[in-house]
Amino acid sequence: MAKFDLNDSGVVVIVGSGAGGGTLGNELAQKGIKVVILEAGPRIENQDFINDEWDSFGQLAWSDMRTTSGSWRVHKDFPNIPAWIVKAVGGSTVHWAGASLRFDEHEFKIKSAYGNIPGANLLDWPITLAEMEPYYAKAENKMGVTRTNGIPGLPGNNNFKVLEAGAKKLGYKEVHTGRMAINSEPRDGRGSCQQIGFCFQGCKSGAKWSTLYTEIPKGEATGNLEVRPGSMVIKIEHDQSGKVTGVVYADETGAMQRQKARVVAVAGNSIESPRLLLNSASSMFPDGLANSSGQVGRNYLRHMTGSVYATFEKSVHMYRGTTMAGIIRDEAKNDPKRGFVGGYEMETLSLGLPFMAAFLNPGAWGRSFTSAMEGYPRMAGMWLVGEDLPQETNRVTLDPNIKDKFGMPVASVHFDDHPNDVAMRDHAYKQGAAVYEAVGATVTYPTPPYPSTHNMGTNRMSEKPRDGVVNKFGQSHDIKNLFVSDGSQFTSGAACNPTLTIVSLAIRQADTIAGAMQRKEI
Amino acid sequence: MREIDRRSKYDRRVFLKGAAVTAPAVAIATSTGLGITDAWADEAGTLTPATMKTLLKVARDIYPHDFLGDSYYITAVKPWDDKAAKDPAVKSLINDGVARLDQEANERHKMPYAQVAWENDRVALLQRIEESAFFQKIRGDLIASLYNNKEVWPRFGYEGSSAEHGGYIKRGFADIDWLPKA
Repeated sequence: MAKFDLNDSGVVVIVGSGAGGGTLGNELAQKGIKVVILEAGPRIENQDFINDEWDSFGQLAWSDMRTTSGSWRVHKDFPNIPAWIVKAVGGSTVHWAGASLRFDEHEFKIKSAYGNIPGANLLDWPITLAEMEPYYAKAENKMGVTRTNGIPGLPGNNNFKVLEAGAKKLGYKEVHTGRMAINSEPRDGRGSCQQIGFCFQGCKSGAKWSTLYTEIPKGEATGNLEVRPGSMVIKIEHDQSGKVTGVVYADETGAMQRQKARVVAVAGNSIESPRLLLNSASSMFPDGLANSSGQVGRNYLRHMTGSVYATFEKSVHMYRGTTMAGIIRDEAKNDPKRGFVGGYEMETLSLGLPFMAAFLNPGAWGRSFTSAMEGYPRMAGMWLVGEDLPQETNRVTLDPNIKDKFGMPVASVHFDDHPNDVAMRDHAYKQGAAVYEAVGATVTYPTPPYPSTHNMGTNRMSEKPRDGVVNKFGQSHDIKNLFVSDGSQFTSGAACNPTLTIVSLAIRQADTIAGAMQRKEI
Repeated sequence: MREIDRRSKYDRRVFLKGAAVTAPAVAIATSTGLGITDAWADEAGTLTPATMKTLLKVARDIYPHDFLGDSYYITAVKPWDDKAAKDPAVKSLINDGVARLDQEANERHKMPYAQVAWENDRVALLQRIEESAFFQKIRGDLIASLYNNKEVWPRFGYEGSSAEHGGYIKRGFADIDWLPKA
């Protein structure tokens, strides 16, 4: 395995090892480029994952201090846990559900498609679906997405069968077990799904794609990739010409190290990535790196989310089997006649008993709550996930008072729903309940959003430097050898789960970086 | 469909025996044939038995599950005694909270909280202190101390960890048999 010197100024340093960073690292390593991935969390292999919600949360979740503000309910219920994401090698690809959907064409150009919406900060992506299609195809093949590349769909579990029966009664047409990066048959050296459940707690069988046991070991096998776990990057440094020269990070022992770099790619998820850029402010860049537009940290997207759980007369046992292998896509279209722009997906979801208690209706108590809990084995559940509109004031900033153990200001996340988000959620709650009522639900529960699993938009792509942070390749407008490689690049969030698009962008970005290095542009 | 055996596996005798290792008072209670109801509270070292019993009642009233015996709620609230021993702030939070609750109960019902007979009346008292740090702490802690107790899971029809059983691929992940034909 490669081991690069701290003074090796020829390496590409990637901050983070998830969908963006882990993929980019492997892609570059395959092209013969030397890569150091600095990952803040530990390296935990599949066999050590825990089928227990709270224990797993303790093992994997990013629980470092963060603060929140705004009218979103997460601020009230979980003031220091704005996001449910992972601090470990593999990043949130350890925890993700596997849903792998392409954006629709209009979702790359929402300003053109939706027009001017008061309070929103809409912008078209500087890329089109046509430009992305070859990269989507590569990503689907790499990840082994079901219903692509001749890979069969996953079998439906009980929770899916309830969703499917209700959807058909309602007349929904596009209902299936999803496009999932979970093996329905052995592929790429990994076995097929054993219907364990606990997809969010790390896939113990390895059937679900995660950079932890796909991209990263493949990259390491080239001899060009070194992954350093327990390495928290606290600052990106630059020279007098404004080019970045490396990063300062706290290593596993807490000691400060300086890794030199030819290129730095930031992929720390949409809360940590802008935090790092802002914390890297210098006399030359007083507002933080890549922030001449003032857009770093702004336009934070978390998706319109919510869940509907429903209780039936007889058992469902929704927790058995693949958590999210089930989808209704009919509401994903843009149909403003419904009272909002953009669309949403309905995807199967289950929680175990401990998380159901924590998330069904945070803060609730008394008999209406316990009666709901007692229906647990007879419950079916779905997640509602739709496009939320970018707003400049939804924003990651540096907390003015609270610092981490290295003395760096922590991230503060502000979020308010846009009226369009609220209208969409109300519609989705109604349709979700109708799906279950169509097959005999005796009660339905419109469940509020959990801490954000989809974090996007805080370093967005823009054609013009003044509108965003990075260009169509994720390269910062201000600094040529500084890239952003995670979901924070998203100009808008689309209705669907973001990971496939993050991976596709990373594959594309690797071509860009390799080309620019070869041409000595960076 | 493969249903879950929801009978209590929280064997009363085993519970008492397990508790007896660190809890002689329970052992004495057992040997003398007394119920556990009072004995468990008497072993509290920092909080008074009356306070412990009030906490038990409060816990039952916050998350009432009539199919769960007191043992599950006792398991959930007992750690407060240890936490109070370690942290004077916790001790006064609990003592002050219980005192206020008893005061509310005395004003309205001429008796302490734990003796108010109807759940609805006790819930009305809890609603009066719902915003207090005491209530929020007790309630928030119960979410994990009650529902994250593995002994409780089968009572709710939840099977817990599955990987060591080979997942559900051969154990009923798709065995639902009552849905209308599509």
